[in-house]
Amino acid sequence: MMAGPSLLLSMGQRTVTFSFEIILKNLPYLINAAKWTLLISLAGMAISIFLGIFVCAGRISRQAFVRNFAAVYVSFFRGVPLLVQLLIFYYMLPYVGLDLPAIGAAILAVGMCSAAYTAEILRGALQAIPRGQIEAADALGIAPIWVWVRILIPEALRIGMPSLVNELILLVKVSSLASVVGVVELTRVAQNITGVTYRPLEIYIAAAMIYLVINSIISLLGRFAEQRFNTG
Amino acid sequence: MEFDLYLRYGPALLHGFGVTVLCWIVGSIGGIVLGFAIACLYRWTSRPLRWLLQAYIEVIRGTPFMIQLFILYYGGPHFGLVLDPVPAGILSFIIYGSPYFAEIFRGGFNAIPRGQIEAARCVGLAEWTITTRITLPQMLVFITAPLTNFLIILTKETAILSVVTVPELLYQTQTMASETFTYIEPFLVLSLFYWAMVVATSWLGERVEARVTRHLRRAY
Repeated sequence: MMAGPSLLLSMGQRTVTFSFEIILKNLPYLINAAKWTLLISLAGMAISIFLGIFVCAGRISRQAFVRNFAAVYVSFFRGVPLLVQLLIFYYMLPYVGLDLPAIGAAILAVGMCSAAYTAEILRGALQAIPRGQIEAADALGIAPIWVWVRILIPEALRIGMPSLVNELILLVKVSSLASVVGVVELTRVAQNITGVTYRPLEIYIAAAMIYLVINSIISLLGRFAEQRFNTG
Repeated sequence: MEFDLYLRYGPALLHGFGVTVLCWIVGSIGGIVLGFAIACLYRWTSRPLRWLLQAYIEVIRGTPFMIQLFILYYGGPHFGLVLDPVPAGILSFIIYGSPYFAEIFRGGFNAIPRGQIEAARCVGLAEWTITTRITLPQMLVFITAPLTNFLIILTKETAILSVVTVPELLYQTQTMASETFTYIEPFLVLSLFYWAMVVATSWLGERVEARVTRHLRRAY
């Protein structure tokens, strides 16, 4: 019987003690590991959105070459499982002289994969922008690059925000794959602690709660951004 | 490469592919319907219910699919919900997908200019008619891409169903691999099947997009 506050759960014949003490004791390790999860997620998000904008611009470019290249990018990164991409980044890139540390490979793989999805979301959102706005901007003599920076991208981000938040949340969850190339992030630490304590239920629930907190924050920020942009 | 392995395991693999496709299609359609219902409800109900829906979205979206599946399949019997692996997989798939679809639809609703809805109300159209005849056709234009995205993500999530012994593709390939000690052959087939599903989805997405954007052919 575990000391401290605990909860009895009956599971068939057995009785399992759900011990909060185990969670409390291991929480510092989990939170410490969550920092790496956050780092991968945040850096991945930055790459995802930044690169996603360029890939999206490529997808609707007038140049056939650029358009095809972007289409291949999207179909490759959406079509190949992220785990495989991660292994390619980590194990194959050194052969072409690009030796990334594990965390770098993880960030790059997660970010580039997510960029393909972000690009498609933005491409969808761009179609919702009334044509008149672009024509008005053209008529005012605004350079195309500024039309993109000041009009198209902010509007696309606003319209696509719910889907974008979906994608960023998936990105946080998928960062757990980074443990495969040796990044000691949240899921891996949870596995390690489970290996020592033999308490998978408590530890994984604690890890899930940390993911839930991170994702809820992202979602809240998304709502906030949506309301800020939605002044029109 | 031993190709005769495929003869021996072909039926099992095909069966696994069938189960994967079944879970994926039924789960996606269910998720889209439930997600659409949530998005509509979110639009029309009172504030407390809206918070409830918001909480549902946050919790389901914020926790990993595998944990939801475990809770439904292994925790379900505690609450008297005893399900076979395949129905449990499909049900958890519907639940997992619904908040993502709901958010995509919510984004779609928000992108339609308010003036159009107000005009439609002024002419006395019913809310449901406004949704199906005005909002939905227009929002399909820009939610097709995110929908395709998420359907592709779901194809790959089906692999997780193998942990609750749903006899889907990954389960069958793992069986094949562990029985024959071959790894290249089974996983080559596995990736081909998943690739086929992804290609089919993105093709379908392109077709739907081409169909719903006929009225606004444009290039930036």
